[in-house]
Amino acid sequence: MLERIEELRNEARTAIDAAPDAAALEDIRVRYLGRKAELTAILRGIGELPPEQRGPVGKTGNQARVELEGLLGAAKEKLEAAELNARISGESIDVTLPGTPPVRLGHLHPLTRTRREIEDVFVGLGYKVMEGPEVEHDYYNFTALNHPPGHPARMLQDTFYVDPASLGADPELYGTDGAALELPPGPRDVLLRTHTSPMQVRSMEDATPPIFIIVPGRTYRRDSDATHTPMFNQIEGLAVGEDITLADLKGTLLTFARAIFGPDRELRLRPHYFPFTEPSVEVDVSCFRCSGTGVMTVGGSEERCNLCKGTGWLEILGSGMVDPNVFGFVREHGYDPERVQGFAFGMGIERIAMLKHGVPDLRMFFDDDVRMLEQF
Amino acid sequence: MRAPMAWLRSLCDPGLEARELSERLSMTGTEVERVLEIGAPSADGFVVGSVLAAEQHPNADRLRVCTVDTGDDEPRTIVCGAPNVAAGQTVAVVLPGAVMPGGTKLGKAKLRGIESAGMILSETEMELGEDSDGIAVLETDAAPGAPLAEVLPVSETVLELEITPNRADCFGLFGIAREVHAVTGAPLAEAPWATDAEASGEDDASDHASVAVQVPELCPRFTARVFADVTIAPSPLWLKARLIAAGQRPINNVVDITNYVMLLTGQPLHAFDLDEVPGGEIIVRAATDGEKMTTLDDVERTLDTDTVVVCDRNGPSGIAGIMGGQISEVSDKTTRVLLEAANWDGFNILRSSGFLGLRSEASTRFEKGIHPDLTMRAQAVASKLLVDLCGARLVPGTIDVDARLPRFEPRELTLRADRVEAILGMPVSVAEMTEYLERLGFGVENGGESGGEGVMRVAVPADRHLDTTREIDLIEEIARVHGIDEHLPATLPDRGESVGGLQRHQALIRRLEDLLRDSGLDEAVTFSFVAPDREGVPGLDEVAPVVVHNPLSEDQSAMRTDLLGGLLAAVGRNLARGAESVALFESGRAYLPERPPSAGGPAAGDFAGVRTAPIAEPHRLAAVVVGPLAPGSWRGQGRDADFYDAKGLLELLAEAMGAPLTLEPAARPFLHPARAAEVSFGGAPAGWIGELHPSVLAAIGARAGVAFEIDVAPLLEAASVGAESFEDVTTFPAVGEDLAVVADADVPSDRIVATVAEAGGELLRSIRVFDVYEGEQVGAGKRSLALHLLFRASDRTLTDSEVAPLRERIVDALGGIGASLRG
Ligand SMILES: [Zn+2]
Repeated sequence: MLERIEELRNEARTAIDAAPDAAALEDIRVRYLGRKAELTAILRGIGELPPEQRGPVGKTGNQARVELEGLLGAAKEKLEAAELNARISGESIDVTLPGTPPVRLGHLHPLTRTRREIEDVFVGLGYKVMEGPEVEHDYYNFTALNHPPGHPARMLQDTFYVDPASLGADPELYGTDGAALELPPGPRDVLLRTHTSPMQVRSMEDATPPIFIIVPGRTYRRDSDATHTPMFNQIEGLAVGEDITLADLKGTLLTFARAIFGPDRELRLRPHYFPFTEPSVEVDVSCFRCSGTGVMTVGGSEERCNLCKGTGWLEILGSGMVDPNVFGFVREHGYDPERVQGFAFGMGIERIAMLKHGVPDLRMFFDDDVRMLEQF
Repeated sequence: MRAPMAWLRSLCDPGLEARELSERLSMTGTEVERVLEIGAPSADGFVVGSVLAAEQHPNADRLRVCTVDTGDDEPRTIVCGAPNVAAGQTVAVVLPGAVMPGGTKLGKAKLRGIESAGMILSETEMELGEDSDGIAVLETDAAPGAPLAEVLPVSETVLELEITPNRADCFGLFGIAREVHAVTGAPLAEAPWATDAEASGEDDASDHASVAVQVPELCPRFTARVFADVTIAPSPLWLKARLIAAGQRPINNVVDITNYVMLLTGQPLHAFDLDEVPGGEIIVRAATDGEKMTTLDDVERTLDTDTVVVCDRNGPSGIAGIMGGQISEVSDKTTRVLLEAANWDGFNILRSSGFLGLRSEASTRFEKGIHPDLTMRAQAVASKLLVDLCGARLVPGTIDVDARLPRFEPRELTLRADRVEAILGMPVSVAEMTEYLERLGFGVENGGESGGEGVMRVAVPADRHLDTTREIDLIEEIARVHGIDEHLPATLPDRGESVGGLQRHQALIRRLEDLLRDSGLDEAVTFSFVAPDREGVPGLDEVAPVVVHNPLSEDQSAMRTDLLGGLLAAVGRNLARGAESVALFESGRAYLPERPPSAGGPAAGDFAGVRTAPIAEPHRLAAVVVGPLAPGSWRGQGRDADFYDAKGLLELLAEAMGAPLTLEPAARPFLHPARAAEVSFGGAPAGWIGELHPSVLAAIGARAGVAFEIDVAPLLEAASVGAESFEDVTTFPAVGEDLAVVADADVPSDRIVATVAEAGGELLRSIRVFDVYEGEQVGAGKRSLALHLLFRASDRTLTDSEVAPLRERIVDALGGIGASLRG
């Protein structure tokens, strides 16, 4: 009897493995586990067996039944899954066709992106971001930044002045404070700021040292060609405390340059002249295209790097130690030139964006051609 | 400023190639913009020759066959076309194989049957002058065969320097030489003014001329010397060569000397033909208003009362410090010269040259401000040259009208060694400081009566009097000569307790910009200035702009009062280039000629600083969408954006800020009159929104378009973002209820929603419009709004018996505005 159960079990296993579809499985179930099946009959007839056989036959028979039910269930699931897959596999699509975007992707202007990148670097260094007026008093733009009355930057050919008649009737706002240059036709006090530097003085009037700020914003000069637009964007930096040195300026700008242009960059400081810093330096960063060598290897031959014009250096900004005369204008706000010192710098955002992204002509930034904007 | 290398080396020779010297100068504050090569590419093959014989060419009338000793074993035969070549002359010879200025290589040539082994050079060929008729005869003791470069600059390298405005001293070559001396340590030649010319004769300058200065503040010093027996002639070659290399055209010996001395000392001079000055009387005065004179460049100039003129008895003969006049110009006939070396107020020269639109080598130097003592230096150098080169007799005596203004008194500064390190953050020894300053011409005395160790008394030389007025100016000199790039460490400042970061409005504006970007708009940056007619967009010119007094062009002469105009122009440009749909936004300021707000922060135009800004500069956001905002794909094109799409953008911004947004119908000339609204945030007016007027669309070639422009400040003022607090919405679930409200079609949905909200009270937590129906089922002139209401209490689960009375109150309230539930 036990041998017969084993036989049935083996037969059924083989049949389940070979079943091609659900219908065949159902036949197998009826044949081996159905009401009329031999195994069912054996189990049903256990009571008629001699007592010593009842235990072993019952146990073996039940084991066989449980196993076969399990095998049948598993085989059925497998076959059904295969049939479902067979059914939907005909519903094929071209996965290489474009998807349907939920929204169109817009773009921030490259100048905004560059400005934010620079802001974020200085925010990380502990600077606060400030803004100031673009239509500004001569006092903040020139006088308090140590530009003597006759400074050439004050000439009509370099600086945009505002027609006082267009400012309304509130003389307090455009009065001739500051030492405006008297050029025909008359005194001028209100101008379009030529740099973001006026905020140095405004910020120092507003807060006592230590002060660490950057000032992004629009600036204006009377120039127009491939490298000058009458409107452009700058970021000013100002750090004033009791013991901030020229070496601190170098370290700060080196950190900035590496954050923006890559970790291997080096800086070069060339002494220069600005009316409101002393000592003043122009700052070059080592060229990131040719790694400062001035030479590019193109297809085995060496060519002059056209980004840095073979010099290995890219000029990026002007800076220096705040001139004591500037502190003199805010002395009463806590800036005694004998007690405080610090540095200032100013950079053109367009210049940085042009270098980073290879934009060849400054004017492209203000044309707003979507074919250009969508590259960023 | 051009610095010819050979001339510079004669004053200070650091033994460096032009490139190396340029590098050194650039790294110490004197930027070399370019290194120019003038003349022949190389001096090889250019030698001194001695003409032994010059015979007529047998086959050509105009050629001569010369025998020339060029230091070789045998003299060479050179065929020459110059009429003035003669035996006994020392000439410049170029040998076959040498490369001429311009790049051609000289070969052996047969001229009418006779082979010429070289060429005798004319001034033109050496690029020294325009006299090409004859060969250049050299005045030199150099032996035949000596390199020509020892006599004349054959192949000249010129540094083109960018002199910073504080360094007027470097507008003279000796100043540049001193700078080279300072930054390299190479020895500096004796100052060219160290010795003066010998005067002779019994007369005195004052016998020949007189000078009266009526404006001493503007003419701090006027010196004049008189030269008799002057012979006007071309300058010697070496002088011409130096002038040309420095970028000046040789004219005649007297004029060339004035230019040469200016180039060397930085002090401009002017030579008068004294016989053309009636009575020898010179008067320096302010011009009268409208006074006219003709300058050397043959232009009649109209002067004003701030212009200073140098006059003779009859009127102006020159504009002080800017340009001389024709009246007493030195000519071939001149025999008596009055040489002026005067000092003029820099600011006045700058003003006058700006007023006249006339700049010159002289005005460029005076406008930076130079010290009156330089006049006598220039007189000394020029006198020697006039005596040596023009055969002139220096008449004894100098006419010297010196106002002795206190601002030019010699200056002494105190320099503290510890201050140098405190500013720079790098150590420089007292010995080094002393050396650097002394090389630059400063007098340094250590210690002294007032100071102890490390305190120096520094005497400022006349050259540096105007730009070196404080200790910090000395520290800068020390820093740059010591080598900032070479020695300065890179450190970071101690920031103490200061905390960085974006201000709230800056972070929120970034978020607003990002939202517009992520909604499918591209960010534009347009110019702040616009045409006064605002590109013809109707209504924009109703706001008076801030006007630029000196714009580059008329269409950039007004500051924008809106962002719309620039955006429309940008959209129009893109459409003209073939774009089918354009969605642009701008985040920036408008410029309004009104008093700026005294609150609201920078976004409103309320800036830091004691003095109020001259105008109001509110930060704005504006957008223009032409065509679909939703992206198209191969499954279908997006629908052209309409009013509700634009409003959807504003709602997105308002929701992100947690600010309540309301719109009220209101027309603007550039908007569709029936599809336009005023925008408010939290009740404060902020701008407008609408579909663009068909005429505005037509002007930019668009078929449909929407726009908005809002002030950011009211939005941020109403914003609650950042101040959120947690609310439990899970413990006690909300109860939903839908209402279909029928009202006259012209009752704004806002009003219905507001009525429902008020009647629903605290428990009514939200109202959403989910359907709008107009048609037969509600009757003509009526509209049905389907509202989804959500009721919730924070402390219990609401029951129907609590919600039912609220519903009744809502229905009653709706009845009050003529609305009812749909039956
Ligand atoms: Zn490079």
